[in-house]
Amino acid sequence: MAALELDNHAEILVIVQHPACRFTPFEARLATCRHRWLAKISSLVDEGDAMAVSLMLNGKRFELDLEPDVPLLWAIREAAGLTGTKYGCGMALCGACTVHLNGRAIRSCTTPVRSVVDKPITTIEGVSGPLAQAVLQSWKELDVPQCGYCQPGQIMSAIALLKRTPVPTDDQIDTAMSGNICRCGTYARIRAAIHEAASTHRG
Amino acid sequence: MPTSTQSAALDRRQFLKAGTSTAAGLVLGFWHPQRRGRFAEAQTGAGRHAMVPNAFVRIAPDNIVTIISKHCEAGQGIHTGLATMLAEELDADWAQVRVEPAPADRALYKNLQFGSQTTGGSNSTPNSWEQYRRAGATARAMLMSAAAKQWNVPESELKADRGTIVHELSSRQATFGELAETAAFLPLPAEVSLKNPKNFKLIGALRLPRIDCKPKTLGTAVFASDFSLPGMLTVVVARPPRFGAVVRSFDPAATKALPGVTDVVQISVGAAVVANSFIAARRGRDLLHIEWDESKAEMRGTPELIAEYRALLDQPGAIARRDGDCAQALARAARTITADFEYPYLAHAPMEPLSAVVRLSANQCDIWTGDWDISDIQDDAVRITGLKQEQIFIHSLYGGGSFGRRGGDASQAVEIAKGIGGRAPVKLLWTREEDIQTGPFRPMYLHRLVAGLDEQGNLIAWQHRIVGQSVLGDDPGFIIDGIDITSVAGASNVPYDIPNILVDLHTTTLPIPVDQWRSVGDSHTAFSVETFLDDVAHAAGKDPYEFRLELLSKDPRNKEILQLIAPAPMRQSLFAKFPRDRQVMQLAAEKAGWGTPLPPGRGRGLAVHYSFHASLAYVAEVTVSSDGSVKVDRVVCAVDCGVAINPDVIRAQVEGGVAFGLGAILSSTITLKQGRVEQSNFNGYRVLRMNEMPKVEVYIVNSAEPPSGIGEPTVPPIGPAVSNAIFAATGRRVRTLPLSSTA
Repeated sequence: MAALELDNHAEILVIVQHPACRFTPFEARLATCRHRWLAKISSLVDEGDAMAVSLMLNGKRFELDLEPDVPLLWAIREAAGLTGTKYGCGMALCGACTVHLNGRAIRSCTTPVRSVVDKPITTIEGVSGPLAQAVLQSWKELDVPQCGYCQPGQIMSAIALLKRTPVPTDDQIDTAMSGNICRCGTYARIRAAIHEAASTHRG
Repeated sequence: MPTSTQSAALDRRQFLKAGTSTAAGLVLGFWHPQRRGRFAEAQTGAGRHAMVPNAFVRIAPDNIVTIISKHCEAGQGIHTGLATMLAEELDADWAQVRVEPAPADRALYKNLQFGSQTTGGSNSTPNSWEQYRRAGATARAMLMSAAAKQWNVPESELKADRGTIVHELSSRQATFGELAETAAFLPLPAEVSLKNPKNFKLIGALRLPRIDCKPKTLGTAVFASDFSLPGMLTVVVARPPRFGAVVRSFDPAATKALPGVTDVVQISVGAAVVANSFIAARRGRDLLHIEWDESKAEMRGTPELIAEYRALLDQPGAIARRDGDCAQALARAARTITADFEYPYLAHAPMEPLSAVVRLSANQCDIWTGDWDISDIQDDAVRITGLKQEQIFIHSLYGGGSFGRRGGDASQAVEIAKGIGGRAPVKLLWTREEDIQTGPFRPMYLHRLVAGLDEQGNLIAWQHRIVGQSVLGDDPGFIIDGIDITSVAGASNVPYDIPNILVDLHTTTLPIPVDQWRSVGDSHTAFSVETFLDDVAHAAGKDPYEFRLELLSKDPRNKEILQLIAPAPMRQSLFAKFPRDRQVMQLAAEKAGWGTPLPPGRGRGLAVHYSFHASLAYVAEVTVSSDGSVKVDRVVCAVDCGVAINPDVIRAQVEGGVAFGLGAILSSTITLKQGRVEQSNFNGYRVLRMNEMPKVEVYIVNSAEPPSGIGEPTVPPIGPAVSNAIFAATGRRVRTLPLSSTA
């Protein structure tokens, strides 16, 4: 068992560090063991036949023909055709697949579609509002992206952070963003862009 | 005036004469029809009225300037860089500039240093520097001619400025778009001259937005893994569990029974499961029962390999550099210091695992990929499909990171498309586990360094031995006398003024696939050289900065070197153009406040390194906690990479190189147990995360020298700078990487 701080995950009651989970406690906190746990549960469920699954993506209803244990990521990318959300690890370790569920950041690669039926999901293509615009604008102002592959996930995590912590410190940014890997190493600019967005959004 | 007015005038007369008396086809024939036609054909987006003066640019009547990038973009900023060079000489407005990746056409788009169409070696900028500026200057000259003709004024009275041609005397002006159609039919100028650097407007501009920033921010940028075609199937491959294993047989029954799976086909590297979704393909792959022939497979683990390498450290290797007599100098030295270093295998782990989409028909093969070795992929596709080179079309997409990984594996998708008879387009996706476990890797290396000091503390002998695999295999261009120049780069060209130097190499042969990894040989040699030099300075009782300054007092290129293995064209550039190393080191030391006191538990370390024609010096500041954990607080970087084309892209590359190199030295390692890779994802293969990212300050030296690349040379100095800082803080020396393996 590990005592984990996961304030960005509303639905957690009990967190169990799965025996197969080889994270250090620190990484476990970053990488959201909840997803390992859910993934484990979902792998125990028999593969069902494809069925109609109703998803609310970016305010639009999608009736998709899917097995209920298919990860949300692949429903978004393949079935709904929204490719801004990326595959990076499939284990909630890198954050490239981050989307919003009820406005909170989740890792879609380990979230089975059955658990999010009809719940409001937002992807990078659907972000809107002054806060999201401030984040996108600061990302462009500071030319944050390099290869760009992780950036939709970074931006989704950043918006979720600013929603609950409007003026984050460096430490709060580091804690909130450490689950999102960038191999190009744009971290310094992400940090600066979050500060910038916090400042412009508050005016 | 850049154009030859006389020849242009003559050509124009000929054009008018021809135009009145002959058919249009013949007129065009007069004006280099093949070249113009070919350039326009290569640029599939070129409309009928666009001006296509060469392979690298077209200007459309809607005033959009499209620049064709012969190099692939995977984050390094080359689309922005090539566009900047061309737009500078064209005098385009940055807002009208777009970039399009080049199609496969090695005659038009080859890398001028490598001879094939490929991106790598941090040479995209230097090999294009002249070519792209000339292409811009040519187009500009033609636009000037078109305006002169239209307004009946001498070209000398015209000037080009931010996308317009202006005739101030008559207050007339026209946009490039308005002139494009007329200019399209003008002859190519015989000669153009390039701008004096003091007149640069875009090159060196402090704030020129990246051309790819907006789509990458909005999530609309298309990577190969995002690309899809109607009816497309998705493929996941079962790859060998050990290196050198091959498929003996497989039973596809269980896989084929799975809903969504359509085919299982054997390919050169394993067995491919084809399905209507990624999840179905992956499940099918996991159910596939394969008998592997492991008779030639690597069965050893990392400890066994290290033991073998260690034995080689005691044996003399093939000599890469010899100055003076190192053995004799060591024998008479008042004091000798020895240190062994271990560098692990490393994965590149770009955020986008490899991917490619292929559509194959009887007479055409289309490949969509972010891979970089365009010519190699085309040649492989010819071999696999039996089609002709001109029937293979490669559509280059953004690569989600490369770092040396993104070569030509897209050809595996061609094998699969052929395997299903071209029945449907296929998308091949690598899982993260395949990405981490199948390599190719940065090779594992062991180093031994021995230094000799005389009575006065002068460094009189330097011996550096390296053991490891060659990333170039049998490439005759870079393997000289059995030495892969990239294995010793950064060691054999150690810039310091030491009278006796010996660098030798043992190249090992293993079935473990290896390849170039951002900064190649310098990724390990710089760590050894710069940390060991720190040890030597300490032993000599000297400040590491002052010690380096003394040793950099002479131009290493003027030194007599008895033996230096390097291809002839490289010899001139193997050492930093004196005194660039000194200058960046002084700048970094000054900006970092070298010599000012730090509180207990904190330390400052310096490293300077020249690679890929760029000199960089970093000063790192670290805090080491009582539990031994290391936090890198700040890194001050000084860079000399010649003309700074896009200073902000250079800064971004330095920040990124610091992160990439720092992650590797802190915690990245690939280890083998009984031949199997022990890591499989970002839990076992750890890379730098946000909370470990230091503050990075970048200072760029003003330079008029031709530009170098900047992607790779940013990596080597970070490891030794941090190691030296840890030593300064604790007296503890790191010689086995990553740090986490010994912490």
